[in-house]
Amino acid sequence: MTRHLKVDERAHRDRLEEMVQGVIGEPLDRPEGQLKVSGRAPYAMDDLPEGCCHGVLVRSTIAKGALAGLDIDQVVALPGIRAVVTDKRLTKNPAQGMAGKAPAQGPEDIIYFGQPVALVVADTFEQARHGAQILGRRFEAESDVALNPDDPNAEIETPKKKQSSMGDLDKAIREAHFAIDETYTTPGHASAAMEPHASVASWDGDKLTLHGSYQMLHFNRAELADALNIDEEKVRIVATYVGGGFGSKLGIAPEGVAAAIASKQLGVPVAVAMTRQNVFEMVLRRSETEQHIRLAADEEGRLTGIGHEALVSNVPGEKFSEPVTQATPFLYRGENRVIGHRIARIHRTPAGSVRAPGEAVGLTALEIALDELAVASGLDPVELRLRNIPDKDPSQDIPFSSHTLAEALMTGADRFGWKTREPKPRSMREGEWLIGLGMASAARVNMLIESKARVTLARNGSALVETDMTDIGTGTYAVLTQVAAEMLGLPVSRVQTRLGDTDLPPASGSGGSFGASSNGTAVFLACEEIRRQLCERLECDPDELTLKDGHAVVGNRRIPIDEVMGGKDIVAEGHVEPGDAEDKVRQATYGSYFAEVAVNAVTGESRVRRMLGVFAAGRILNAKTARSQCIGGMTFGIGMALTEELIHDRRDGHIVNRDFAEYHLPVNADVPQIEVVLLEERDPWANPLQAKGIGELGICGAAAAVVNAIYNATGVRIRHLPATLDKVLSGLEDEDQS
Amino acid sequence: MTPFHFSRAASPGEAARLGRDGATYIAGGTNLLDLMKLEVMTPDRLVDISRLDLGGIEATRKGGLRIGAMVCNSDLAADRTVREDYPVLARALLAGASGQLRNKATTGGNLLQRTRCYYFYDTAMPCNKREPGSGCGAIGGVTRLHAIFGTSPHCIATHPSDMAVALRALDAEVEVENADGKTRTVPLGDFYRLPGDTPHIETTLERGDLITAVILPASAGALQAYRKVRDRASYAFALVSVAGVMRIGKGRIEATSLAFGGVAPHPWRDASVEQMLKGQEPSHELFAKAADALVANAVTHDGNAFKVPLLKRTLTAVLAELTGAKQ
Repeated sequence: MTRHLKVDERAHRDRLEEMVQGVIGEPLDRPEGQLKVSGRAPYAMDDLPEGCCHGVLVRSTIAKGALAGLDIDQVVALPGIRAVVTDKRLTKNPAQGMAGKAPAQGPEDIIYFGQPVALVVADTFEQARHGAQILGRRFEAESDVALNPDDPNAEIETPKKKQSSMGDLDKAIREAHFAIDETYTTPGHASAAMEPHASVASWDGDKLTLHGSYQMLHFNRAELADALNIDEEKVRIVATYVGGGFGSKLGIAPEGVAAAIASKQLGVPVAVAMTRQNVFEMVLRRSETEQHIRLAADEEGRLTGIGHEALVSNVPGEKFSEPVTQATPFLYRGENRVIGHRIARIHRTPAGSVRAPGEAVGLTALEIALDELAVASGLDPVELRLRNIPDKDPSQDIPFSSHTLAEALMTGADRFGWKTREPKPRSMREGEWLIGLGMASAARVNMLIESKARVTLARNGSALVETDMTDIGTGTYAVLTQVAAEMLGLPVSRVQTRLGDTDLPPASGSGGSFGASSNGTAVFLACEEIRRQLCERLECDPDELTLKDGHAVVGNRRIPIDEVMGGKDIVAEGHVEPGDAEDKVRQATYGSYFAEVAVNAVTGESRVRRMLGVFAAGRILNAKTARSQCIGGMTFGIGMALTEELIHDRRDGHIVNRDFAEYHLPVNADVPQIEVVLLEERDPWANPLQAKGIGELGICGAAAAVVNAIYNATGVRIRHLPATLDKVLSGLEDEDQS
Repeated sequence: MTPFHFSRAASPGEAARLGRDGATYIAGGTNLLDLMKLEVMTPDRLVDISRLDLGGIEATRKGGLRIGAMVCNSDLAADRTVREDYPVLARALLAGASGQLRNKATTGGNLLQRTRCYYFYDTAMPCNKREPGSGCGAIGGVTRLHAIFGTSPHCIATHPSDMAVALRALDAEVEVENADGKTRTVPLGDFYRLPGDTPHIETTLERGDLITAVILPASAGALQAYRKVRDRASYAFALVSVAGVMRIGKGRIEATSLAFGGVAPHPWRDASVEQMLKGQEPSHELFAKAADALVANAVTHDGNAFKVPLLKRTLTAVLAELTGAKQ
């Protein structure tokens, strides 16, 4: 039996609140945690099948043109080499998230530097890598290729659907008491998952099994099947454990398709793991952005107008474009608005979803601009934001489903000791170090994605949750176990969760912070159906049934659950899909960031000394994994603020810093103790769990808090991220001279 | 990685003979293995020298210190004599790499690590150091990491070592044994070569030479400092670093030696700057004059012009720290 829900309305009951097992929201350890920390959790490249060969992708060394030839004979003659695969179905780049069909194919047509053009397969990884390294490649390079967003020959698209305006912003700016008109830039970013992309393909007749590192399995199955031109039913994808995704594993990637083709061609299992350099070059990056922001405010600091116009990039033909302004329409008040979105078509590694596409970079720029407005108006940055919280979505004239920004701002200010801050830059100094405090708002749109899950309450009184949902390090195993344990009144030790296999009911997948709430709702619905069937057996009303510690309690009866089962399992499926609720209310998550940063007055080096995030995301399903997600987001926020940048050579577009030595993620020494406060909230419009996504909220504006603290420390305003020491130093030199 | 033959030397002499015949030494392998995986380096023979009896840190008769080539960076940084008499060296070592890498990396190997130039690391790019005659990819490209002193039109790469910068300020010598069993010492100042038109030849070592030790003279000054400026707090190469050793008497600088990292193809020293400071009373004006003199001949590119003000400011701060002068 399937319990289905289309979310058209607000939830009228808080069912989880009525449950008594007491596990939902608890800081449950990950059930798989011990396996992971002891190296026993099998990731894609672990436990390779007997006779498995290894493939390594070969890169293009031009940005645009055609592959004219490969010196295959020379490589095939090397020891251990099995084949050089040049199939036309090989893909140029990963599929975009939820594409459900093959990404761009045809390796002979080159659209970016680093694009895969072939796969070398050998007995060992080392042999394959050597073959891929030396494989002679002849290219016909095109001239006059647009490589940089500001190249004069870069075609600029201005999609009509992505422009909007209301009122008269120009007039509002002219008449404003305080106005800001600045341009901010953010560089490209790499997702930087710890586990590189890897797939192991094996065929049984016409049936393909792919052990891969992917986030959204049933979409990936459709994409892989489409790329191979075979029936979806013939493809099974298994991703039991995934070593991080951050958007980079949303869509099927070149190594997965290549492994499948090579395995079929050679009749043996083939494993293809990307090298770290491959990951940097062949996996979708976050686009660099240029953001023109205009703010108009009255004498009280109330916004009368907001303009946010973005320029992003992608290769020709890719539909995705970084949704920079996603939170701008609803975050702050202001009746005059302009949203602009332009896409430069250039030949760099294609762009896609990376760590909170949109808000991560868009809100960062907006929140730096707000800080500039606070300086211009003389208002405290927290107070300025409090004055500009709208009471309904100012762009769509619909109510908010729930709204916690004010509480997050005030709680954060209080917990952080914000009132000790001196608004005047350079007020605090410890030796060579200038100390500053900065803050920013957090916001992220909330999404629900269609999901199914199957729950079996076995005759022995244990439960099994099954879905093709993934756990990409986020805590899915823990959270789904908790939902089922709470709803069925079982200790978590009696609930098992199986994930990451397309043989199981299709879930939302992991992405866009929607996994836990979407798939959690599917589990919840399945459990509701089980409860209904238990009521039938017990001949009671659903409201009369209490399930706790493996017992059913009805009236004055307390019966062990296995007795209720009567020797039969109950199997139920939950199925949730988004409905009209999305259009009736504006759903988002909110928060605030506070950072204390020390800037070295001699060198311009910036070091974050402490950081606080206050977040609300509806019901928190697991206090520990939610907190961990927020810490991770803020850590990436520090990276975005201070160090992370994909550097391209302007002459040929190639990525210069394609390893973790030179692509500077924050290391432990860069990350101080990060404090996270999760606010109590329920959002009845989100889903029956009243939970919203939290995975990405921790990065949506976090970098701005750091950059704003640098300003407070030094008086140097950084508008071009990251705030590397050369940029800070140049400001310090100006300050020193003035 | 290209296939290679691996052997383990039983004695320094055997290693040196294999080296003379074209084998490449491997000790900690922290840099070489990465470069082999990327095929930036493709030795066909490796000779493992990590088990040779080249460890130990001992006092010399001249009051200095002899550091075996196989002493790992962690042990050297933790050595009591080093910490007490050569703190600039301990600090430089701890400013480099990560704990795991320092446990493997050796004193001799550290001196010979290769540049971190992006174009050296990418075999699709031209690089005169990796492939003589192919050109320099960095010139006209991304030059954030690159040198402002001692470069040539053929190469603008920097030497990445922190340890070597401190050793240069300490006037260290490198003890070398050759295949004939002869031992000689080379001052670190003569150990490295500027790129000129042969950037692939980085040192004055001959084929078959094996570094057996590094020798420090008696400590030249109690005042020592190492300051490394980098893009993140750990695990990043120096954009600029300054090693300073100084002796002060009667309110004047009696002697100083200064070495600079991240700015040149090898640890950089400038005798004229040291001369300018000698015998003077420490003052901010003096430091500023020295800093101006240091960068007078800097040659910059778009991406590394910031190193000029950064180096000046860092040197000034280090001099202030050493002398206790107020900035």
